[in-house]
Amino acid sequence: MTPPPRRIVVVGASAAGLTAAESLRADGFDGDVTVIGAEPHAGYDRPPLSKQLLSGAWEAQRLELLPHHRYDELGIDCRLGTAATALDVAGRTVRVDGADLGYDRLLIATGVRPRTWPGTEGLRGVHVLRTVDDAVAFREAALSARRVVVIGAGFLGAEAAATLRGLGVPVTLVDPAPAPMQRQVGPDVARLLAGLHAEHDVDLRLGATVRAVEDDGDHVTGVRLGDGTALRTTCVLVAIGATPATAWLDGSGLDLTDGVGCDAQCRAAPDVFAAGDVARWFHRGYGTSVRVEHRTNATEQAMAAARAMLGAGGPYEPVPYVWSDQYDTKIQAYGRTAGADRFAVISGSPDDRRFVAVYGRGERVVGVLGWRSPRELLRARALVAAGVAWRDAVAA
Amino acid sequence: MKITVEIDRCVGGGQCVMAAPDVFDQDDDGLAVLLDPDPPAGLADDVQLAARLCPARAIVVEA
Ligand SMILES: Cc1cc2nc3c(=O)[nH]c(=O)nc-3n(C[C@H](O)[C@H](O)[C@H](O)COP(=O)(O)OP(=O)(O)OC[C@H]3O[C@@H](n4cnc5c(N)ncnc54)[C@H](O)[C@@H]3O)c2cc1C
Ligand code: SF4
Repeated sequence: MTPPPRRIVVVGASAAGLTAAESLRADGFDGDVTVIGAEPHAGYDRPPLSKQLLSGAWEAQRLELLPHHRYDELGIDCRLGTAATALDVAGRTVRVDGADLGYDRLLIATGVRPRTWPGTEGLRGVHVLRTVDDAVAFREAALSARRVVVIGAGFLGAEAAATLRGLGVPVTLVDPAPAPMQRQVGPDVARLLAGLHAEHDVDLRLGATVRAVEDDGDHVTGVRLGDGTALRTTCVLVAIGATPATAWLDGSGLDLTDGVGCDAQCRAAPDVFAAGDVARWFHRGYGTSVRVEHRTNATEQAMAAARAMLGAGGPYEPVPYVWSDQYDTKIQAYGRTAGADRFAVISGSPDDRRFVAVYGRGERVVGVLGWRSPRELLRARALVAAGVAWRDAVAA
Repeated sequence: MKITVEIDRCVGGGQCVMAAPDVFDQDDDGLAVLLDPDPPAGLADDVQLAARLCPARAIVVEA
């Protein structure tokens, strides 16, 4: 056993990193906590970026995760606007600002970076949406564009399209799948989402690939689809997923195949832990490694990792949760709705625009999804938590 | 203990209800309903957990 830690370093000052710092204090840790954040801003919440910030309902200030006085109260040394650039596992140091910072325990909470469209780096009018600076820039460009083309109809693209329509901005949404978010929520719910977006006059280009993002050498001018169709636009949002922010860990010896690989206690190497979007850990209940890019996982996993860093952690086996707000529809899901082979509505109905559905794999329930049905969904969560048999869930 | 919920932040996932069911409930739209703004001290840990789990940071707890 290594001795109890005196110095804990957290890399990443966002949802996971700050929750870990808070949890360490709540769990009684009174040694040094240093949090390193690459962004210049105090840690803020990302889900509102595509909702209240893009819509203009909120100012950026409202996104801050902790009120400023909390940092002093917690006694955490938060260094912003500076990135960790290397990790030496054997020497127990991280490189920050050209100096080696020693730790007894390290938490990696560096999240993910948005994928960009190849060849568009530096091209004006082409946006991604991950940071508050991205959101502010995208909002400004979208408001003055005659039409916004959103490439990718996953959670982010679908949500951004909905918010833009709320602002009256014409939107074209392009995705190779037959319906929005199909990979995440399956064909039945995806079809309903397509209907919802069509009702709000989104120009849906589904089953469509993008051949090229076209430009005049300085600014984007359009998007060329695989079938040759040209979509004229001065504003493109690229929402084609994200990759774990692990480049700074190259050469550290950690397993970096799709995020930082961890055991069931969120441990990546002796005294090195990971949490949030960047972490891939062994989920004992699932019997496999998973990585979850959802907001509540960042919090829950950070709390679990904090306990593990203090030597008190059990295995981390959450029921993943995600929500998305599109128009007046709140979609919420527990468990795993992706890759299920069975689907059934168990209460309400799609025609009434309120329902709860179960997702199964083989004979077991693996996920539940609520469409404008938060209370009913919370009750149905038990079906996933207990992994009840498909026939019992559907008979109930 | 004094609890407030900034309801316009609430995203309706009910993490608070799971953590402290005697203190929080949800309405039909999922928005948190504060059942007891000054719960007994024995519930302090549950309430602190709810505040930390809340993905919208909508729950404020004062000692
Ligand atoms: C627009 C948008 C909308 C979303 N909406 C929802 C939603 O409705 N529901 C939902 O469940 N989830 C949503 N999410 C996902 C959710 O925001 C993430 O799951 C959550 O932010 C993950 O937190 P994290 O702390 O793990 O990572 P991040 O929030 O990505 O934070 C990582 C931080 O680490 C910093 N960093 C990276 N490398 C280094 C380094 N080398 N040194 C120092 N710092 C570094 C980064 O700059 C960043 O600030 C949304 C995300 C976005 C972008
Ligand atoms: S946990 Fe927070 S966001 Fe979720 S329902 Fe409760 S108060 Fe609202």
